[in-house]
Amino acid sequence: MAFDSFSAFIVMEGHGPYVWACYAVFALLVAGLMIWSVKRHQSVIDACQRRYVHDAKNSRRPAHKASATFTRVEISQD
Amino acid sequence: MWQWFHKLGSPKWFFGIATRFMPWLLAGGILLLAAGLIWGLAFAPEDHRQGNSYRIIFIHVPSAFLAQSIYISMAVAAVVTLVWRMKLADVFVKAIAPVGLIFTFLSLFTGAVWGKPTWGTWWVWDARLTSMLILLFLYGGVIALDRAINDEKSAARAVAVLVLVGVVNIPIIKYSVDWWNTLHQPATFKLTEKPTMPMEMWLPLLLSVLGLYLLFGWLTCIRMKTEILIREQRTRWVRELVMAGGK
Repeated sequence: MAFDSFSAFIVMEGHGPYVWACYAVFALLVAGLMIWSVKRHQSVIDACQRRYVHDAKNSRRPAHKASATFTRVEISQD
Repeated sequence: MWQWFHKLGSPKWFFGIATRFMPWLLAGGILLLAAGLIWGLAFAPEDHRQGNSYRIIFIHVPSAFLAQSIYISMAVAAVVTLVWRMKLADVFVKAIAPVGLIFTFLSLFTGAVWGKPTWGTWWVWDARLTSMLILLFLYGGVIALDRAINDEKSAARAVAVLVLVGVVNIPIIKYSVDWWNTLHQPATFKLTEKPTMPMEMWLPLLLSVLGLYLLFGWLTCIRMKTEILIREQRTRWVRELVMAGGK
């Protein structure tokens, strides 16, 4: 260890605030970027899943409808 | 070779490979970065000229390294987009531009905080600092341009051209400390030469640089996977994959 005590490690001979501010912002942004990327990935998967389920329901519905029929329609030719 | 090139262009193939590599990249990245930073913060000797403020180097240099390498890799991908129209290259540019922005900001921020106790000022308009600020704006421009154009193909082409125009800034950043009389110290970290700093400082720096590169690899994989899912959501393989849990 380059420091005599834990408090010396925190203070760093007066340079502590500069060093710790940098490390805090670095940790915050890198961790934030990683968490944001994971969450976004998961939310895209969820959105796709919802869409596929929704599409599957919708595509089944027309099957219940009566299919088109070709009945002869009498139209007067006069 | 060409078969490999075509495989690499396949989003489905990339998705599988990325999924396989990601746990290793994450574990290796966290391990190396933590080792490098703890070593640098607590165990590396104090610098006899700058005191303890020099410990900022263990995050400043890796961030600055990444900020520039990300831009260079984006430029390579931009060439691939324009020449071969490979979709995956555009996915890559789009996925990592925000990562580049964050690391450029981090290198500027840590540099400013380091500058205060060392130079007595947060900011000077010297060549190295100004060219890094331009890099930050270039990343912002790439992201904004991509969002402004709705059509995927025109966005890809416009972004690729902007990235290639901006690449002129990279050698300016690199050689700014040699060409002009700047406050910024010359490169501390060269692969081709023997390090000018003592081993006990150089090794933790090497570890944190490698660790951050691995974490960047992991970020690239997950962000590209997200982008691929969005673009390929109408294909059958994405549908099957998502319905099976998205792994």
